[in-house]
Amino acid sequence: MAFFEGTQMTAGYGDGPDIISSCSISANRGEIVAILGPNGAGKSTAMKAMLGLLNLKSGSVTLDGKDISKISPQDRVKQGISFVPQTKNVFAELTVKENLEIGGFLREEGLDKMIENIYNLFPILSEKKSQIVGQLSGGQRQQVALGRALMSEPSVLMLDEPTAGVSPIVMDELFEHIIKVKKTNVAIIMVEQNAKQALSISDRGYVLVTGQNKFEGSGDELLNDPEVRRSFLGG
Amino acid sequence: MDFINAIVVLTNFTLIPALAYGSQLALGAIFVTLIYAVLRFANFATGDMMSFGTMFAVLLTYYFQSIGLGLGFLPTALLTIPFAIIMMILYMLLIDKFVFSYYRIKKSPPVQFAMVSVGVMFVTQAIIRIIIGPSDRRFLDGEKFILKATEFKEMTGLNEGLTLKSTQAITIVVTLIIVSIMFWFLNKTKTGTSMRAYSDNEDLALLSGIDPKRVVLITWVIAGILATVGGILYGLDKSYRPFVYFNNMLPIFAAAIVGGIGNPFGAFLGGYVIAFAEILITYAYKRFIAYLVPENMEPDSLMQLLSTDYKFAVSFSILVIVLLIRPSGIFKGKTI
Amino acid sequence: MRKYSNIIAAYSIMLILIILVGIFQSWSIALTILNYCLISAVMTIGANIQWGYAGLINFGIMGYTALGGLAVVLVSVDPVQQAWQAGGLNILICFWIIVAMVVLIRYLLKYFDKSKYRTYGIAFIIIGGILLLRLTATPGIEAIEAVDPAKTGFLGGMGLPVLFSWIGGAFLAGGLAFIVGKIALGLRADYLAIATLLIAEIVVSIIKHEEWLARGVKNVIGLKRPAPYEIDLQTSQWFINLVEKFHTKKLSLINSITERQDALSQLVIDASSIYVKLCFTGLFLSVVIVLLIVTQKALYSPWGRKMRAIRDNEEAASAMGKNIVKEHLFIFILGSAIVGIAGAMMVTNDGLFTPGSYRPMRYTFVIWVMVIVGGTGNNFGAILGGFVVWFLWVEAAPMALFLINLFTSHLPETNSVRVHLIESAPYFRFLVIGIGLLTIMRYRPKGILPEKIEIK
Repeated sequence: MAFFEGTQMTAGYGDGPDIISSCSISANRGEIVAILGPNGAGKSTAMKAMLGLLNLKSGSVTLDGKDISKISPQDRVKQGISFVPQTKNVFAELTVKENLEIGGFLREEGLDKMIENIYNLFPILSEKKSQIVGQLSGGQRQQVALGRALMSEPSVLMLDEPTAGVSPIVMDELFEHIIKVKKTNVAIIMVEQNAKQALSISDRGYVLVTGQNKFEGSGDELLNDPEVRRSFLGG
Repeated sequence: MDFINAIVVLTNFTLIPALAYGSQLALGAIFVTLIYAVLRFANFATGDMMSFGTMFAVLLTYYFQSIGLGLGFLPTALLTIPFAIIMMILYMLLIDKFVFSYYRIKKSPPVQFAMVSVGVMFVTQAIIRIIIGPSDRRFLDGEKFILKATEFKEMTGLNEGLTLKSTQAITIVVTLIIVSIMFWFLNKTKTGTSMRAYSDNEDLALLSGIDPKRVVLITWVIAGILATVGGILYGLDKSYRPFVYFNNMLPIFAAAIVGGIGNPFGAFLGGYVIAFAEILITYAYKRFIAYLVPENMEPDSLMQLLSTDYKFAVSFSILVIVLLIRPSGIFKGKTI
Repeated sequence: MRKYSNIIAAYSIMLILIILVGIFQSWSIALTILNYCLISAVMTIGANIQWGYAGLINFGIMGYTALGGLAVVLVSVDPVQQAWQAGGLNILICFWIIVAMVVLIRYLLKYFDKSKYRTYGIAFIIIGGILLLRLTATPGIEAIEAVDPAKTGFLGGMGLPVLFSWIGGAFLAGGLAFIVGKIALGLRADYLAIATLLIAEIVVSIIKHEEWLARGVKNVIGLKRPAPYEIDLQTSQWFINLVEKFHTKKLSLINSITERQDALSQLVIDASSIYVKLCFTGLFLSVVIVLLIVTQKALYSPWGRKMRAIRDNEEAASAMGKNIVKEHLFIFILGSAIVGIAGAMMVTNDGLFTPGSYRPMRYTFVIWVMVIVGGTGNNFGAILGGFVVWFLWVEAAPMALFLINLFTSHLPETNSVRVHLIESAPYFRFLVIGIGLLTIMRYRPKGILPEKIEIK
C-alpha cells in the first residue's frame, strides 16, 4: 500500500456528469508522480478529489493507511497534504516573507527555522524577502508558491501545472527545485502539460484519458512506450 | 506680523477643523474598507452602525453623569467607550450570524450583500430611533476648550485668535492611537497577516489552514471598535443625531473609494483628503487674503470657491472625478 | 389562466387591504395611499427596467425623482417676467457658456491626440469657464433672487399645462442619466450603486441651493393641477346635485332643512376631496397601464431577449457582438426617464415642490425594497412591490400603535415604557420594511412574484 493513495475515485462537479471514474493514483514518500493526459482528461479534477475540494461519489483516499475520504480539505492540509493551485497560488499583496509565514500558519514552533530552510532551498526568495509578491517575475512567484506550500512541512505536495506559462529556462529551474524538494522525503504529485520534461524527472507517471487510467508506469517506461509517445508525446 | 496673522486665520478655520473632521471620516472609511476587503461587500449600514455604537455612549454618559461618575476635565463619554464598543461588537456579531453569514456561505454576489446591508440599515435605524429617538443630543461635558481665542491673543499679541476645542484635540489624538494600533496589528501580528492573506486570496488562505470564522470574527471586532470610536468622536465634536449619522455614510464612502477601496491606509488618507477638500473649497478666504495684500486691495467678495451649502457635494464631486480618472483610487485599492 | 393566478391573487389581496383602510380609517386616506402606490409603481417599473432587465443597480432614484419634480416647476409655473428682466440675460449667457465649454472640450478631445498640452488646454477651459460663469451668474442670480423673494425670487417656468411636465420630467431625468451613465456605467455593481447615490445627492443639493432656479428650500407651492380644485367643485351646482343624488337616502332621514343643508355641505366637502383624488387615480392608473403594456411588450421582444442575455452572461453576449455599453446606457436612460415621470407625477399630486424633502431613505432605499420585494425582472411583481411596500410604509405606524396599545393595555397610561413606545410608533415602519426586506431576500430571493420567462 502506497503512502498517499486515491483508489477507484469517481467524482464530478455538483450534479454534473462524472469527470473522473474509477481513477486510481498513488504516491510514496520521496517519489515524484506525474499525471498526464490530453485536455479535459480530468487530471486536475483527480488531484482536487484527492485534496477533497470535490466530493467522491465512490472510491477512497488514504494517507499513511488512514482513510481521509470524508474529511474537509482544511483538515487534510492539517494532516500534511499541501497543494499549489495552478493560478492564484500566492498572496500577491503580501511580501515574500509574509507568504511563507502564512504557509506556516498552523505551525506551533520553528517558524523562523523553517523559513531559513526555504531560503536555503530557494535562495532568490531570501534576496527578495521584503518585496511584494505581485511585483516578482513568473518564475519567482512559482518559487514563492512552492515555498509557501512547503512551510507546513507536508508529507505530500500536490502541484497543479507548476510550469504553466513560464519560459523553458525557468521551467528547467523549477523542475530542479522540485527534485530538491523530493529529496526531503516528500511525496510529490504533479499535473503537467509538458509531458516529456515532466516524465524525465518523474519516478512514475499516469496517463488519464476521459477520466480513467489509460497507462501507468515508471517515467522511462512511459517515455519509451510507442503508443504513449504517439498519442501524447508527439512522436 | 500680517503674514503670521494670515497663517493663524487659516489654521483656525481650516487646518484644525479639517484635521478633526478628517479623523472622524478616516475611522469610518477604514471601517468600510475593512468590511469590503475581508467580507467583500459595500456596507450601506455603515452610518447607522456608527450611530448604534454612539447611542450607547450617549445613554451611558447620561447614566454616569447621573451617578456622578466622570473624568474631570475630560468628557465622560471617553469612559463609556469600552462599554459602547462591546455592545456594538455584540450587535454586529448578532447581525452577522443571523443575516450576513448565510450569504457568505452561499458565496452570494456583492450586489446581494449590498442589498442585504440595506435591510440591516433599515432595522438598525428602527432600533436606534425606538431606543433613543430621532432628536439632536449633546453629551459633551468637561473642559470645552484647550486654547481659547482670547487667551491666544493675549499670549501672542496677534490680532487673530486660535481656538483649539478639547474635542478636536481628543479626536485627533484618539484617532492616531487607534489607527496606529490597528496598522501595527494588521502588519505585524500573525492574526493581522492572516486577515490580509484572507482578503487577498481566500481559497489559498483556507488551504494554508486559516480559519475563516476567526478572520470574520476579528474583522467585526475591529470594525466595531472603529465604528464606535469614530461615531463617538463625531458626536462629541458636533452632536449626536441619527439622521446625520446616516448621511455621514456618503462622505465616508467617498473617502474609502478615493483612498482605494480595500486599502486601509488609503482609506485613512482618503478621510483627510475629503475633509480638507470640503473645508478648503467652501472656506471664505476674505480675511486670509486681507492680511496678505496691501490695504487698498482687499477683496470685496467673500473669496469663496463654493458656498458652504455644497459641502457634501464637493466630496461627492471629488469621488466622481476619481472614479473617472483613476477608478482604483488614489492609493490603489482593489480594482473595481 | 393558471399562470396568472398568483398575480391575480396578490393584487386582489392588495386591493382588499386598501378597501379595508377605506372602511376603517377613511376613503380619503385610502385614495391617498392608492395614488402614492401608483406613483411608487411607476418608480419601480423604472428601477426594474434597470435592475431586472439589465442588472444595473441605480441608487440614484432620488435624483431622478427630484428632477421630475423640478420639471413640474419649470414647465407649468408661469414665467416671472420681472425676474427674467432682472437677470434672465445673465442666466442665458451662462447657459451658452456651458454649451461652448462642452463643445470646445469635445473638439479638443476629438481632433487632438492625447498629450500634456491637450490636458492643460482642457483644464484651462474648465477653470476659465467656471470663472466666467461665476462672473456672469452672480449679479444675475442676486438680481433674480431679489425679485419679491417672499413669493417668487426665481425665474419661473414656461407656463404650459402641467401634464406636459410629466414628459419634461422624463427628458430631464433621461438627460441626467445620459451623463451619469457615461461616467459610471463601467463600474462594478456595488460601486455603481454608491456612485449613482452620490451623484443624486449632488443633483439634489443643487436643486436645494440654487434658489433662482426653483426657489430651493423655500419651496414652490400652489402648482397647477390636471384636476379640478376642491373649492370650485364645492360651488358648482352639478357636483352638489351629484352628491345629493348619491346620498338621497341618508339626507331624507334628516328633517330640519338647515340641518339637511349643513349635512349636505359637509358631504360635498368630503366628496370634493375624494373626487379630486379619483381624478388623480385615473390619470396615474392610465400611466401605469400604458407603461406596463409597453414594458411587457418590450420584455418579450427581441430587444428584451437581448437584454436578458446581456444580464445573464455579459461576456458571452459581448462575444456575440452585442454592444453592451450602448445597450446599458440606453436602458439606464430609459429607466431613469420613467422615474422622472414618477417624480413629476408626485409633485403634481402634492401641488408643491419641496426640494428639502428629497432624502435617500425615502426616495432610493424604499424604492429598492419595493423592487426586491415585488420580484425583480417581473413588471407585475415590481408594481406589486410598489403597492405592498408603500402600504406598509404608511400603515406600519398605525398598526404598530394598535399593537403597542394592545400589548401594553395592562400598564397604566403614564407608564414610561408605554409612553416611550407610543412615541416611537412612527419608527416601526423602518423595522417592518427592514425585516420584510431581509425575510424576502432570505426565503424568497426572487421576490413575491418571481421572474417567469417562457421560451417562445
